[in-house]
Amino acid sequence: MSIKIDIELCTGCGVCEEACPFEAIKIQDDVASMDERCNLCGACVDVCSFEAISIQGLRKTGGDGNDHKGVWVFAEQRNGKIASVVLELLGEGRKLADKLGVDLSAVFFGYSVEMQTNELISYGADKVYVADAPILRDFNDEIYSKVLVDLINEYKPEIVLSGATAVGRSFIPEVSARLETGLTADCTALDIDTERRILLQTRPAFGGNIMATIICPDERPQMATVRHKVMKKATYDTNRKGEVIKKDIDGYGVNLRTKVLEVVEEIGETVNIAEADVIVSGGRGLQEPKNFKLIEELAKILGGAVGASRGAVDAGWIPYSHQVGQTGKTVCPKLYIACGISGAVQHLVGMQSSDVIVAINIDKDAPIFDVATFGIAGDVFEVVPALIKRFNEIRG
Amino acid sequence: MNIVVCIKQVPETTSVKISKDTNTLMREGVKSIINPFDMYAIEEGLRIKERFGGRISAVSMGPPQAEEALREAVSYGVDDAFLLSDRAFAGADTLATSRTLAKGIKKIGSFDLIICGKQAIDGDTAQVGPGIAEKLDIPFVAFVRKIREISNHSIKVERMMDNGYDVMEITLPSLITVVKEINEPRMPSLRGKMKAKSIDIPTWGLADLEIGEDKVGLKGSATQVIKVFTPKRGGRREMLEGSVETQVGLLINRLNDLKVI
Repeated sequence: MSIKIDIELCTGCGVCEEACPFEAIKIQDDVASMDERCNLCGACVDVCSFEAISIQGLRKTGGDGNDHKGVWVFAEQRNGKIASVVLELLGEGRKLADKLGVDLSAVFFGYSVEMQTNELISYGADKVYVADAPILRDFNDEIYSKVLVDLINEYKPEIVLSGATAVGRSFIPEVSARLETGLTADCTALDIDTERRILLQTRPAFGGNIMATIICPDERPQMATVRHKVMKKATYDTNRKGEVIKKDIDGYGVNLRTKVLEVVEEIGETVNIAEADVIVSGGRGLQEPKNFKLIEELAKILGGAVGASRGAVDAGWIPYSHQVGQTGKTVCPKLYIACGISGAVQHLVGMQSSDVIVAINIDKDAPIFDVATFGIAGDVFEVVPALIKRFNEIRG
Repeated sequence: MNIVVCIKQVPETTSVKISKDTNTLMREGVKSIINPFDMYAIEEGLRIKERFGGRISAVSMGPPQAEEALREAVSYGVDDAFLLSDRAFAGADTLATSRTLAKGIKKIGSFDLIICGKQAIDGDTAQVGPGIAEKLDIPFVAFVRKIREISNHSIKVERMMDNGYDVMEITLPSLITVVKEINEPRMPSLRGKMKAKSIDIPTWGLADLEIGEDKVGLKGSATQVIKVFTPKRGGRREMLEGSVETQVGLLINRLNDLKVI
């Protein structure tokens, strides 16, 4: 596969240079030229008005003629409870399976999980592959990978989806690497190219500044981890029937090199920011650690989680697990309220995909306002207490 | 204790700004840096070496200019550095990258621990660390926030989970990926800076790595980017004016209208 610029047709207009997300194109002597940073993404092909750029030898896709069938969802559990992202994946998986005319299956590892198996069927799984053993109660990458790889090799699904959670992002890359197939991380949209029967996987790159659609044309299964809160949850119907297929894992626990010694729940009262619908975040504008109480209070009223900028975390005001941004967590809640956060790019890339963003900052020129749906240029110590008061009145 | 640290040269995204007119990336004069998470990997490697002795090597796959990142790693105290660079490696996805780095690490020699940053800030996939472990058939723990103990045969660590942490023990040799919480990286030393200037950094290409051309770069990639576009930005940007009372009232009305509260 290669990209070609027809120098006869190229006018050196420079549109492609601007469109290139990888800075691979330069205009020299009125003609575009490309260097090794080119990723063959085709962004330049689309924008060229003179049809001067073409991609040659597009790979053929192995969509038909292979024996992989079905859409699988890895049904992650913690303490026996199915992770909320799984219900979203079953909702999305249903759509994909219907487009392809195949079954939707859930894969569930845990201990004593019969009840949850029925739950997964009620949420739309036609089949549930279950591995039930004490050794699967906690998340051990090594054994989870082995069992999932063996199941995939045995039943050959064409698509495998998992949540982009700490669990999914830890062991799914090992599974895809062992299967020598592709994996797209952190997808925010999935679709099927029905003609070629391939999964179109869209994800943010460069911290959400651009979106890329990625395919896995030849290898199967096509694998993706999917972000929380972007897909619609499956509907629940206890009348649904499904098949349960039990995976015997005798012998899998022998000679393991990985041991889980202890599982510690830390966050407790404050909700996990990766899964929260509402996040109230505080930054250096709060001036003192004790002022985080304001943020906590507002978060509590809204049933949300507490986030923080890097500045606030580095100052020791709040633990790292609350940090939103490039070196913290990427979040996309329905409502993000940034209080006293100026909005360094590193923070913005971690939260700019939120549905609605409210920014409260004293500096009306702060970059946080560039991404805010609603901005209030004002003193956090006046605005936040006023908000708390009003919410309290409303909620009675 | 022999340690290998994998690093990636990335654009320093602080200088990436979104143009307000065209809503596209403005990347003029973007500086290249060592991926921030890899800085924690380097620091953790140095700390282990200081306690247990041994060698620490840095390896990177990238274009020829990625050598700068390796020199910088040497300035912090890394003993030697290796660049995997070849036109054939270009356009690699995480699978092809994992294969290439695994081959490079094998060529460096015997190792006890490989340390990677949890993810690179330009791709954000967090897939290459686990991929390398798989290709080398060694155990790994991702998202490590603390090393509790190291013995001759195993390492005990805490890994960050979404709602707390797990204490894990894996046998050596193995691989960990680290998060920011694990340490605070040091500044380069004068001696390190001197060494960084003079050190010879071998560049290994396709022919040096005992790997097929169909396993690396774009050809060896399972995934393919077919489209790149600018995301739709969520809605209007409205500054709410007036007294604090008015602003707060307006905000609550707007949020009610959008049914987010």
